[in-house]
Amino acid sequence: MMKPTANGSIAVQQWIQDNLLLGRPMPRYLRGLITPLNVIAGLIIVIGLPLIVSRYVFGLGAVTHASDDQPWGAFLGWGLFSGVPLASTGFIMASAVYLFGLKQYYPLLRPAVLTGFIGYFFAVVYLLVDLGQPWRLPYPMILSFGTGSVMFLVAWHVALYLSTQFVEFCPAIFEWLGADRFRRWALSVTIGATIFGVILSTLHQSALGALLLLAPAKLHPLWYSPYLPLLFFVSSIFAGLSMVIVESTLISRFLPARMDPANHQALDRLTLGLGKGAALVMITYFALKVVALAHGHHWNLLGTKYGIWFLIEMVAFVLLPCFLFVLGVRNARVGIVRLAACIAILGIFANRFTVSMFAFNWQLPHREFFYWKEILVIATIVSIEILVYRWIVNRLPVHREHPKYRAMH
Amino acid sequence: MKTSRRNFIREIAAGAGTMLFSLRANAVDPVEDFTGHPDRIGMLVDLSLCIGCRKCEEACKQANHLPPPTVPLEDKSVFEQPRRTDAEHYTVVNRFVSDQPDEPPVFVKKQCMHCEEPACASACLVGALTKSREGPVLYNKDICLGCRYCMIACPFSIPAYEYHNATTPQVRKCTLCYERIKDGQMPACAAICPNEAITFGKRTDLIKLAEEKIIRNPGKYQDHIYGVTEAGGTSWLYLSEVPFATIGFPMDLGTKPFPDYTRGFLSAVPVVFVVWPALLGGFYLFSKNRQQRLSKADDLDIHGKETE
Repeated sequence: MMKPTANGSIAVQQWIQDNLLLGRPMPRYLRGLITPLNVIAGLIIVIGLPLIVSRYVFGLGAVTHASDDQPWGAFLGWGLFSGVPLASTGFIMASAVYLFGLKQYYPLLRPAVLTGFIGYFFAVVYLLVDLGQPWRLPYPMILSFGTGSVMFLVAWHVALYLSTQFVEFCPAIFEWLGADRFRRWALSVTIGATIFGVILSTLHQSALGALLLLAPAKLHPLWYSPYLPLLFFVSSIFAGLSMVIVESTLISRFLPARMDPANHQALDRLTLGLGKGAALVMITYFALKVVALAHGHHWNLLGTKYGIWFLIEMVAFVLLPCFLFVLGVRNARVGIVRLAACIAILGIFANRFTVSMFAFNWQLPHREFFYWKEILVIATIVSIEILVYRWIVNRLPVHREHPKYRAMH
Repeated sequence: MKTSRRNFIREIAAGAGTMLFSLRANAVDPVEDFTGHPDRIGMLVDLSLCIGCRKCEEACKQANHLPPPTVPLEDKSVFEQPRRTDAEHYTVVNRFVSDQPDEPPVFVKKQCMHCEEPACASACLVGALTKSREGPVLYNKDICLGCRYCMIACPFSIPAYEYHNATTPQVRKCTLCYERIKDGQMPACAAICPNEAITFGKRTDLIKLAEEKIIRNPGKYQDHIYGVTEAGGTSWLYLSEVPFATIGFPMDLGTKPFPDYTRGFLSAVPVVFVVWPALLGGFYLFSKNRQQRLSKADDLDIHGKETE
C-alpha cells in the first residue's frame, strides 16, 4: 500500500526537479543560484523593497519628488511611457509571422511575445506603485466608465492586451506542462488573438501620445503636435524591433544553452532582416517628425535650449541609429545593427521622458525630476523583471522548441 | 381587398419615409451645439476692487474644513513668492507689482475656474470629475484612482494631490462651495469679501454686469472679460485694469473647449476596431494563399524531376 504513494511523491519530486529546478537536485540548484547577476539583483531588491513598502505606508511623496506641477514622474516615464512601446515586440513579431507570412522569423516569435507580456505586466506593476489608490485599478473596468477619456482607453487596452498576450504565450506554458489538449486550444485562437492584439496595440500605443493632446499649453510646442498619436505608434514599431534584436542577442550570449542550435545559426540573418525593417520604420518616423515640426511651424524655437535638445534627439537618437541600421544591413555587419538597436532603444527613453516629463510644464522656473528613492524603486522592479524573464527562458520552450512538439507550428 | 404590387411598394415607401422624417423631427441637437444650462452660476472678480486682505483664503479654508492659513493674514511677506493652489489651499491671492513705480500692485485671486467644458472631466477615466448642472465642477473621491491625469490636463494648473496620504489620497480643488449654494448661500469667498470684489450670480447675468462696468467706466478696465471664451469659457470671470498677460493669466489657451483636443482621436477608435480586422485578415489570407501557391509549385517541380 505504501508503494504507489512513494512512487507518486518521487514522481512529483522528479517533476519539480525537471521543470522547476533545471533538472538539478535541490542542493546543487541552490548552490547554482550564487552568480554575480543574482547577487547584484538581490542586493538591489533588498534595498529597494523597503522603499516600495514605505510608499504604501507614507504615500507617494515618500519615494518621489512628485509635485502638483509635475504630477507624472519617472514611474510613468519609465514604466508606462517607455515600457509600453518597448514591449510592442509581441504584436510586431506576431503580425510578421502570422499575418504577413514571414515564417522564417518564427524562432523570434515566442521571445517577442514573452518580452511583450513581461513588459505589459510590469507596466501594470509600475502603475500599482504610481496610482494614488492602486487597489481601485479595476474601477474603470467594472464600476465607472469615463468613456470620454484617453486614459480610459489606455486602461482597458493595457488590461485586454495583457490578457491577449498571455493567451498568445499559452502554447509555451502548456508545452512545458505537457498539457496537449490545452496547447491545441491555445493554438487554435492564434490568428484571432494576433489580429485583436494588433488592433489593441495600434490604439493604445498611439493613445499614450494622445494623452498629452489634452495639454496644448503645457507641453513644449516642439513636442506638442496633433501628430503625437501617430508619432508614438510609429516609434513603437522600431522600438519593438530593436528590443527583439537586443533580447535575442543577450540570450544567445548569456544563456546559449537555452537557444536551439538552429536558432543560433539563423540569428545573424534574422537580425539583419529585423534591422532592415527598423531602418525603414525609422526613416518614416524621421520624416513624420519633420512633418510635425513643419506643421507646427516652430522652426524659430530650434535655437532655444529646448530646440537644441530636440535636435540632439533627432540626430543622435533617430538619424544616427537609422543610418547605422542601413549601414549594418548593407554590409551585413550584425554588430552594427545591434549597436543601432541599442541606440534606438535609448532614443525611445529620451523621447518618452521628454514628452511626459522634461518638456511638460517647461515654462515653470523650478522643476525637479529624479529622486534617488524613485530611481532605486525602478531599479528594484527592473531587477525583478530580469529575474522573472530569465526564470521563464530557463524553463519554458521560448528560444528553443520543446522536443515533443518539434516542427509542429 | 386586393393590393397591387405597385401600390404595396408605394405604401412601404411612404411608411419608411414617414418613419425617417419623424426620426429626424425627434432628433436631439448635436452635443457640439449645447451651450450649457441657462441658469448655471458663476463668479465675477473685479480685480480693481481686490485689496489683498486674503480673507477669502481664510473663509475658504473654514468652509472646506482645511487647516487655517499658515501665514497670518496680516503678514504681507506671503506675497513675495507667487503661490499656486495645493491640497490645503483651494484658493490663493497673489500680488503683481507693476514696472511703473507709481502704479499700485494688483492682487489676483486664483482658484478652480470651473470650466464650461472642463479638461479635467474629459481626462478622468472613471468620471470622478463632472460638470454639474448648476455650474461647479465636482469631484467624487469615492471612485478616483489617483492617476492625476486631471492635473496634467487642467489648463490653469489647479487640481492638487495629497502625495503624503497613503490610504485615502484625493485630488483637491475648489468646489465653488457646491453645498453652500444648494443651501441657498453664497460661496464663502464671495460672502466674506469686504470690498465686494467677488460677485456671485448667474453666469449670463455676470457677463452683462461686467460689460456694463466696462462701458460705464471708459478707460478704466481692459476691454476684455477673462473667462468668457478662454478654454471654451469658465464659470469664474475676471475684470482687470491692467492687461491680463501681466498678472499671471494664461493667454495661450485659445477658445476651443479642451475636450475637443482628444475628441478626434477618440472618434477614430471604433473605426480601427471595425476596419483593422478586415485589413489584417486580408493580409493573412493573401500571404496564406501565396504560400499555398508556392508549395504547389514546389510539388510540381519535384514531380517534374521524378519523371525525368
